[in-house]
Amino acid sequence: MADTIAFAQFEKAVMPHLHAAYNLARWLLRDHHDAEDAVQDAYLRAFRFFDSFDGVDARAWLLAIVRNRCRSVLGQSSRRADVAEFDERVHTADDSVSGPESGALRNAEILSLRTCIDHLPAEYREVVILRELEQMSYKEIAVAAAVPVGTVMSRLARARIRLKDCITARVRGVAR
Amino acid sequence: MTCDSARELISPLLDAELDAVQASEVERHMQTCVACAELKFEYLQLRERVRADAPYYSATEELRARIDRALRQAASAEDRPRAPWGWIAFASAAGFAAALLLAFVLGPNFFHSERAGGDLIAQEVVSSHVRSLMAGHLIDVRSSDQHTVKPWFAGKLDFSPKVKDLAPQGYGLTGGRLDYLDGRPVAGLVFQRRQHVINLFVWPSQAQSGSRLSNFAITGFNIVHWSEAGLTYWAVSDLNAAELRTFAQLYSE
Repeated sequence: MADTIAFAQFEKAVMPHLHAAYNLARWLLRDHHDAEDAVQDAYLRAFRFFDSFDGVDARAWLLAIVRNRCRSVLGQSSRRADVAEFDERVHTADDSVSGPESGALRNAEILSLRTCIDHLPAEYREVVILRELEQMSYKEIAVAAAVPVGTVMSRLARARIRLKDCITARVRGVAR
Repeated sequence: MTCDSARELISPLLDAELDAVQASEVERHMQTCVACAELKFEYLQLRERVRADAPYYSATEELRARIDRALRQAASAEDRPRAPWGWIAFASAAGFAAALLLAFVLGPNFFHSERAGGDLIAQEVVSSHVRSLMAGHLIDVRSSDQHTVKPWFAGKLDFSPKVKDLAPQGYGLTGGRLDYLDGRPVAGLVFQRRQHVINLFVWPSQAQSGSRLSNFAITGFNIVHWSEAGLTYWAVSDLNAAELRTFAQLYSE
């Protein structure tokens, strides 16, 4: 009976953040299947350690677990961790963006941005995703990424400079 | 404000993470500095672009269903032992039984130096130490940095344990976790001395204020206990008694 209550509480607090969990895992692992497995593992872990959740911010708490799962997946298969082996063709074929305004140029722009984010080191990529796509505050990101707020600030600033430079470089590359 | 310090603050400015004073200083600087004003514009463009163009990957309904199934399975399969209160009841019952058995086998003189309550806690401490190694649940927060481990406990415990890395002395901090002892959540700090793991449990105690070190051994594990500043400390390890005592002395300094 106690378990039923705990399960209901867990579902209520943690299940609403499934999209956030998958989005982060997908950006960190850059693979749909790996991301799904990591998210499932993270949820099972979260459930097992639900009594260590302080009740404040379920999203940041869950994302910290997701991030740790992703980190250990990346650690296990060093081939994925290696940015140098990143394959752009896989990317294009992967899940290409379509919509009313998706002309070839528009697609190229979107792909270009995505490639630049994917080329960021994982610790920069995660703060960008949490800040821009989850719109989390530095404090929330600090919890999810298990680093001090000052580190969140400097990583975001550096990540933005890199992104800016990467996009500029690609625009020049296309124009050439 | 110099250009260099302003540049660093433009990113947090856009994230609304600066206090009012800092924000107005950066804004004022940008009124006269074209380069910094341009940088802010570029950052803004970048932010708009990331928010508009970076895909948000949503989880599929299949994944949701898959996780839901896995959770229900985990909830029913691991039923009793995983539920914290069941675990504690089980652990303390087992500890109590073991203590009774020990007292019976070793005779009443064995525990004469310690109060009966202390013996039970010592037994719980040993059980918890063994369990942490067996279950592979030694560490919740893995870090050798005391400034990472200490804040981790904030919000999880109603007290703030002293966290001290003794790596220079050969007792390296490897992390921390939450545990339950003496009927309450406690801080578990994990140290490593060569191949030996030391668990240091900390929780508030009203009874003794500043008692000196006492050490004893149970089923091959050495235990050192002391209290200071309203907190009680129990260190347990398979490390030899002398080195564990040195650890406790260093820690309590």
